[in-house]
Amino acid sequence: MYDFTYAKPATIADAARALTGDAEAKALAGGMTFIPVLKQRLNKPSAIIDLSALGLAGIKLEGDKLVIGAMTTHGAVAASAEVKKAIPALAELAGNIGDRQVRYRGTIGGSLANNDPSACYPAAVLALGATIKTNERSIAADDYFQGMFTTALNPNEIITEVHFPVPQNAAYTKFANPASRYAMVGVFVAKTAGGVRVAITGAGQNGVFRHAGFEAALAKSFTPDALNGIATPADEMNADIHGSAAYRAHLVGVMAKRAVAAAM
Amino acid sequence: MVVDGIGASVKRKEDLRFLSGRGNYVDDMNRPGQAYAQFLRSDQPHGKINKVDISAALKMPGVVAIFTGDDFAAVGGVPCGWQIHSKDGSPMVEPRHPVLAAGKVRHVGDPIAMVVAETKQQAKDAAEAIVLDIETLPAVAGLTAALAQGAPLVHDEAPGNVCFDWHIGDKAAVEAGFAKAHKIVRLDLINNRLVPNAMEPRAAIGDYDVSSGEYTLYTTSQNPHVIRLLMGAFVLSIPEHKLRVVAPDVGGGFGSKIFHYAEEAALTWAAGKLQRPIKWTADRTEAFITDAHGRDHISTAELALDAEGHFMALKVNTQANMGAYLSTFAPSVPTYLSATLLAGVYKTPAIYAEVKAVFTNTVPVDAYRGAGRPEATFLVERIVDVAAREMNMDKVEIRKKNFIPKEAFPYQTPIALQYDSGDYMATFDGCLKAADYAGFEARRRASAAKGKLRGIGISTYVEACGIAPSAVAGALGARAGLYEVANIRVHPTGSVTVFTGAHSHGQGHETTFAQLVSEQLGVAHDMIDIVHGDTGKVPFGMGTYGSRSLSVGGSAMVKAMDKIIAKGKKIAAHLMEADVHDIEFKDGKFSVMGTDKAKTFGEIALTAYVPHNYPIEELEPGLEETAFYDPKNFTYPGGCHIAEVEIDPDTGTVSMLNFTAVDDIGRVINPMIVEGQIQGGVAQGIGQALLEHAIYDESGQLLSGSMMDYTMPRADDIPNISVGTEVTLCTHNPLGSKGVGEVGAIGSPPAVINAVVDALRDYGVRHVDMPATPAKIWAMIEAYQPKMAAE
Repeated sequence: MYDFTYAKPATIADAARALTGDAEAKALAGGMTFIPVLKQRLNKPSAIIDLSALGLAGIKLEGDKLVIGAMTTHGAVAASAEVKKAIPALAELAGNIGDRQVRYRGTIGGSLANNDPSACYPAAVLALGATIKTNERSIAADDYFQGMFTTALNPNEIITEVHFPVPQNAAYTKFANPASRYAMVGVFVAKTAGGVRVAITGAGQNGVFRHAGFEAALAKSFTPDALNGIATPADEMNADIHGSAAYRAHLVGVMAKRAVAAAM
Repeated sequence: MVVDGIGASVKRKEDLRFLSGRGNYVDDMNRPGQAYAQFLRSDQPHGKINKVDISAALKMPGVVAIFTGDDFAAVGGVPCGWQIHSKDGSPMVEPRHPVLAAGKVRHVGDPIAMVVAETKQQAKDAAEAIVLDIETLPAVAGLTAALAQGAPLVHDEAPGNVCFDWHIGDKAAVEAGFAKAHKIVRLDLINNRLVPNAMEPRAAIGDYDVSSGEYTLYTTSQNPHVIRLLMGAFVLSIPEHKLRVVAPDVGGGFGSKIFHYAEEAALTWAAGKLQRPIKWTADRTEAFITDAHGRDHISTAELALDAEGHFMALKVNTQANMGAYLSTFAPSVPTYLSATLLAGVYKTPAIYAEVKAVFTNTVPVDAYRGAGRPEATFLVERIVDVAAREMNMDKVEIRKKNFIPKEAFPYQTPIALQYDSGDYMATFDGCLKAADYAGFEARRRASAAKGKLRGIGISTYVEACGIAPSAVAGALGARAGLYEVANIRVHPTGSVTVFTGAHSHGQGHETTFAQLVSEQLGVAHDMIDIVHGDTGKVPFGMGTYGSRSLSVGGSAMVKAMDKIIAKGKKIAAHLMEADVHDIEFKDGKFSVMGTDKAKTFGEIALTAYVPHNYPIEELEPGLEETAFYDPKNFTYPGGCHIAEVEIDPDTGTVSMLNFTAVDDIGRVINPMIVEGQIQGGVAQGIGQALLEHAIYDESGQLLSGSMMDYTMPRADDIPNISVGTEVTLCTHNPLGSKGVGEVGAIGSPPAVINAVVDALRDYGVRHVDMPATPAKIWAMIEAYQPKMAAE
């Protein structure tokens, strides 16, 4: 790690100011990606602005929306009675991210701001049609994810909350990368008032994406068999030492059917 | 007095300090005035070093010195401890392995410069300020590429990248067997390359005492005396009495900490130059690209059978990846530690093997838990399964038909080894029963009903360990003896300190060896200390690898204790005015046979040190003895492993359901430690079979270079492992023990792969190379049913 200055502001305004005033400053949420990157000297920030004192952790139900503060840890989401009741698939997703240590430090806001193409949360946010609240505005999930490690956030914008509409049914199934246990293919299926939404993480070359073919089929019949014969183009999939693009395309179908079965 | 001797599951004495964070590892140690080293390493697989410009780096804050390859031109290269001769009698090609790269870099991770600074951070900062001018050269990473016509050369002195081209066995006898064969079964196999990944990364501190002129190296080693020998005699020319090597608590080795590494020599040498202690601790990334890797063989095997399924002859051709330089024991691994095991547990009358060792632009490859024997076992147990299928024979029947029967021991194999004892039918039948082999078809049907493919796989194996008779090892190319040493110091009050040349880095020696002492001398555990890992304390030793600590090191202790008892009898005879031949020693007491006269062990010890009433004319005072034990033969643990797996055909995922091991490891000292050793070894074997793979791309970059891409087995990858033992005693060492450290990793991989292939029986699958990853299995299923992709 290189030397940097460290600040732990008490208000969102102070945090935003610290980030705006220094182009090399970086925000720190749970640090589960960022700190390993720093330790390997792959990033050299001038200052680290720790967001943990901004009061951004917490879970509440507001009407038909589940509101999760950006600094809420995966462990807190997994254990939350409100989440388990409103969107059990989300609690289960959070409970299978990383290991116990990661779940007690990693945050939903950090995961979404990083937008790792193999992270689990982007699939839930996109499939559930959630809204990302920041210190500046509200961003719909469909506008938020813009390719791997790329989001609609401005450089110094801070996520404050994520608003999840409560779906009728939802489920997430993950095929974990054997080594990292990130999603090699993760499929989140949600049946909502606005229709069926299916989001895939881990598999695509451009990060999380919605599967229009699956959504159309499931809108007609919300059953696993509805997905039979609907292809996922392999040329848009990742390929690496853990699996070919064809394998990932195949797994998208398998995991989607399992998610639908779990959501029924 | 509580005596917990041989056969008791004594809880490990060392665990209190390990589990409560009180272990003393190299990185826990700090020397007064210590500086820190950082190695600048090549990020290129192969390149010509035009210039290493350290001028800017030298001006960085806190920098004490920077050394490059030129500084080490006058010292020796890192030596290889085993010399193989090719078929034509020529010695292996043994290129110089410089301490820091000289002229060329030959693998990613090759050290180019060592920066010494006041802090670790400053050393890292300065290393980044070194300006390198390295001209990229074409590289070879894989065996096939390295042996291709016109391939780039890793070393100019090794044409065709061949280190040696060796063979063993009777080729004519094998050809005769093939000529008469009813059937010849052929199989091509890859034994996948592995990264050892001990929990503790390597670390070292070089130290130099100006007043005494003595160097001390603190290092993460499995064999400190061997490091002293190799580094002192071959690299730095420091005589033994001026070089102390300390290997304190070490957090796992699995072979990777046997070898003498360049960093040890660089730190020791620089500590002398700078007259300061210098510390270095590898990070995990360095471990991936500098710790010697394991396995990496490509083989072709052909087995000739008669019409009844008897094995007539076996022919094997192997290519073995040595990496960029020859690591300490690398040449022995594919040759004398592997090809000699190709008889396995079978009476195959004729065997011939050829091994070509090959240089590549990759990390050196050397012994890793099992070292050659897992490769041989995988080959034999796979081709036996393939032969059974192609002969339409049952895989149990074909094994039983070809076993070496227990009456045949000692059994001379056609390739050098003489097995002393064993009962393969007993371990096989025991394992078939424990695994409920008979009930498998019902379980397969139950899985099929759920849409899952269930398979069962058998491995019946033997290995050779307890290395080694020095004369035999020497004849085969070892440049050292392979005996072990024990010094037993009985203190005046009867407590005992054992100084052993074996080294514990997780094995539980402090407990097992104390049990030996307790058993033989009748002394309680809290009166016994085991000291290891310090050339300044232990007289000599060859260290711990090859499952040798108990069978060789423990035997040395028995011999030393025999001398203690013999001397004690003389003292007792004097005290009790009896003939020494009438003294017997039992349960910690010297007594005169046929009388109630007796002296305790403590009384004799006190007399030895306070010799007022003592046979001083015939006997020296004191009670301390040393024994060097040189084994008469290898030891031959063997047994049966059975794996049961279930495959999800939709994803290709292999789930390990059950694993059953019944092993014959000779006499067991501590059953709990034995069970742990077998479980740990099996976990590594399952790792090799299903998960682990060090993958280089064609250019020589390690793709699986971190835990994000290298799949180490986790707890949830490992099923319940049922462990049983069937004992035949080793006939040639005083304990009758055969060794247990490696059997788990040797016996298990073919059991797992045989189970995977069995599960895929309806998909036309004949063989699966390791690791059997989900993607690989799915692709095989998919290839069999090409139309179902869009489902």
